[in-house]
Parts: sequence; C-alpha cells; structure tokens
Amino acid sequence: MKVEDPVIALRGATASLGARPVLRGVDLTVEAGETVALLGENGSGKSTAVRAVIGQVALTGGSLELFGSPLRRFRHWRRVGYVPQRSTATGGVPATVGEVVSSGRLARRGLRPLGRADRAAVAHALEQVGLADRAGDSVEELSGGQHQRVLIARALAGEPDLLIMDEPLAGVDVGSQRVLADVLRAHTAAGGAALLVLHELGPLAPVISRTVVLRGGRVETVDDPERLHDLACHPPDAAEQEPAAPHAPKIETGLLT
Amino acid sequence: MIEMLDYAFMQRALLAALLVGIAAPAVGIYLVQRRQAIMGDGIGHVAMTGVAVGFLMNGNPVWSAVLVAAAGAVAMELVRWYGKTRGDIALALLFYGGMAGGVMLINLAPGGSTAKLLPFLFGSLTTVSPSDITAIVLLSAFVLAVCLGLRRQLFAVCQDEEFARVTGLPVRLLNLLLAITAAVTVTVAMRVVGLLLISALMVIPVAAAQQVAKGFATTLALAVGIGVAVGLAGTTVSYHADVPPGATIVLLAIGVFAVVTALSLPLARRRAALAERRTGGDPDARARREDASVPS
Repeated sequence: MKVEDPVIALRGATASLGARPVLRGVDLTVEAGETVALLGENGSGKSTAVRAVIGQVALTGGSLELFGSPLRRFRHWRRVGYVPQRSTATGGVPATVGEVVSSGRLARRGLRPLGRADRAAVAHALEQVGLADRAGDSVEELSGGQHQRVLIARALAGEPDLLIMDEPLAGVDVGSQRVLADVLRAHTAAGGAALLVLHELGPLAPVISRTVVLRGGRVETVDDPERLHDLACHPPDAAEQEPAAPHAPKIETGLLT
Repeated sequence: MIEMLDYAFMQRALLAALLVGIAAPAVGIYLVQRRQAIMGDGIGHVAMTGVAVGFLMNGNPVWSAVLVAAAGAVAMELVRWYGKTRGDIALALLFYGGMAGGVMLINLAPGGSTAKLLPFLFGSLTTVSPSDITAIVLLSAFVLAVCLGLRRQLFAVCQDEEFARVTGLPVRLLNLLLAITAAVTVTVAMRVVGLLLISALMVIPVAAAQQVAKGFATTLALAVGIGVAVGLAGTTVSYHADVPPGATIVLLAIGVFAVVTALSLPLARRRAALAERRTGGDPDARARREDASVPS
C-alpha cells in the first residue's frame, strides 16, 4: 500500500437486498486519521453500505478498495476492527468479558494459540474501555452500554488501523458514550481511521471529521458536523417508513405477483 | 462393584462410556452456543442409514456410519448456508430419509431385520467389540483435538459468525469441521448411548453447566465433568440393574440437570441482586432489558 491510498474507497457502489436495490451509486472515501459518520433515515442504506465495506454484502456494481487493494484481493483483515450492532452478538452459552474480547486477537493469530502479546493486547483494550476489572464477569451481567464497550474492546484487541462501527450509540448510557469518544480520539490521533453508522451525532460530534448523509441509497450531502446538528438530532419522523426517497421503487413483497 | 471390571466387555463398555462422556459435551457446547442443539439428533437419524450400509456390505458399521453421518452433517451445513427459506423442510427430508433409508437397507442385508438396528438406536453394553474400541479411541482423539485445540476459533465462530468472518477466520472451513466432528461424535456414542439418545448427552450436560458457570471455559469443563460422571455411573448401573445403558445415562443426566437447576436458583438471585446494585437502577440497563425483546 502506498501512503496516500485512502483506507476506504467506495466508488459508484450499487447493491441489492433480494430484489430491492439498496445502494444506488454511493461514493465514500475515508482517509487515514479521519472519523467519518454515515447518517441517514432507516432504510437509507447506511447499514448496507457498511456491510458492503466489510465484504458481507456483495456489490452489484461499482468498486471497493480497502487500503489500496480491491476487495477481492484484500487479505489484511487484521487491519479492520468491526463492531457489529449489539443485538447480533450473543451466543447460547455464557461467556466472560475476557473470552469475548480475546476473540478479537484471532485476526492476528488465525489458527495458532494465543500468547503473551495477545494477553497484553486484550488487557490494554479492556483498559481503554474502562472494563479492566470486569474481565472475569459474564457478559450477560453487563448493562447495554457496558456490553457495547466489550464489543468495542474486542475490535480494539486486534490493534486495527480501521474501526468500523454499526450504531454504536444505540441504547448506550452517557458514560459509555464518553468512553467511545475517547477511544475514537486516541485511535485517530495514532493515525487510524474510523467509519461509524449513526442515527445521530450526539456526544460524538466533536470527534467526527466528516458526515455523509445517505438518502434512498444515494449520498445526499457531505458536510462537517456543525451544520448538520439540526438534521442529525431531530431526524424527520417519516424516517420510520421504508420507501425513503420519493422516486424509490415500490417494495415488492412477492405475495401478490 | 469391582468384579464387573473382570469382564472384557465391561472394560470396553466403560472405556467407551468415558470417551463419549468427554466428547459429546465438548462438541455439544458449540452446537448449543450456535442455538442448534437439535443438530445431533438429526445426525443420529442419518447415521442409521450408515449402520445399515455397514451390515449390507458385511463391514464394521462404525466406519460406514462415520462416513454417512459426516456426509449428512455436511449436507445440513450446506442447507444452513444456502437454504434460507426452505431450510427446515430440507432438514426434515434429510432426517426422515436417513431413518427410512436405514430401515430399508437393513432389511435388504443378508439375514438382516429391523431388530438388528435396535442396539444401535438405544445402546447396549455387550455390543462394543474389540475392533469397535479401536475405532472409538481413534475417533474420540480426533474429536477432542478439534474441540479443545480450536476452541477459541470455534468459540468466535459460534458466538458471532459475522465478526469471525470479518476477522478473516476460515469460517466455512471451521463450520464444516464442526459438522464433521459432531457426526463423528454421534458414531462414537452410538454403541453405548444409542443413535436416538446421543443428542441428549451433547446438550444436557452443557445446559446444566451453564446455569452455574460464568464463562465458556468453565461451562466446557463442568459439562465434560458431568458427561464423564453420568457416562460411567450410567454404565455401571446398567450392568448391575440389567437396564439399557443409553436410557440410564440420559435419565441420570436429566437428574443432574434438575439438581443443578434447583441449587443454582439462590445463586442466580444473588447475582441478579448484585448486578442490580452495580448498575444501580441505571436507566441504560433497564433500556437494554426492554430492547432485548424488540427484534431489530
């Protein structure tokens, strides 16, 4: 990778979920040292855009490069730390905070056993999110904000260059919001990049370098966070209804056709 | 008590019970974690066809059962990947097909009848032959190597599959390996516990252990302990009381589950109180409990 290559370069990206086009030509660039927030109403395609960036939704058109490599040839997943939406990350068996955060090291260890450096990285990640004393506790005993911090620590444990978070503020208390802001500040100060899907900027506004607003699967505006305050903090109520753009195609359920 | 060890068939049965007691919960914990506790049951049905194939070809049914059960488990895994809408129907076809195929093939075998399948369905002490024990030891070693050696990787895949994929782990390979390992475990266990009851030994010790354990490693250790205890105790009781070993082992496991549940109630209450105090009626903790019921 050359130094000037952007961390994420998404160009003219299109993608569909089933028969419904969700992304209709999205351009998105994230440079090293930047924290970019992806905003938009429900159904605007922001989560799909992020899942396309991590290779979990296939693009039907356009191109995606990570650290200067086309997605197809990208192998350095250890450089990416992914924080999924909290609701998806639970198993049927109890697990301790330490066990969950340790799985973040597998990006670097693959199929090899964990060693001393791995344990140190896990301890450091737990410290960063303020849960150093909870390593032995069951994840199920934690509050929503603490659980979110565990998932952030899991991503940090891999010492990534790019952090990707899907709705990290959903159901999170003020203390955890502050922890997240501190984590992002430290991460970008060290030259890392971050892409966050957010419903509102809220307490993260000071650490966001750029906001990208999606609407109906297209980029509507790219702006600095100050001017977006009103839109971001008071999203229109129409947001809850699926067909976001007036020219969006009718949703086909397949029931009547 | 000790005189049962004088019989070679009991030595083999106890060794098999010990290995099953370790292997079944060690695989089962990953299936429970992935909320696929019932998968072992499906593999057991498919393995019936494998047993019948063994009789038909005059070979050792353990090896033919391993092959057919592994093929069935891989098919189930493929259904999970690709069969999003009709997945449950595909699985049902596989289960019933496995059972019907077993009954059909065993009746085609020379001198075969459905009665020959019975010891494989519910387990029997006297059927563990010296050549079986070799197969059981080798296969158990494989199961334990996978389940303990790759425990962190399998834990990550079963806990949060999408995260594991983004991490760059070979998720499909690990899922296939887990499916094959589950199939091997079913075949290891079929002599003593029986194909229709083996799933219980994969699930119940884990279900009992997770009521008192805080983490994955302690759940695994406890579940294996329970598995070994009920495996050996059930085999011993089966010898003395002349009752089928599979049913005895499973009923003992359910008994352990009931006792652990009763004992863990005060513990759970104390933990809940502790958590309440820690979060201090934190509105966020309440919010989490509320949004836990809202699918997103």
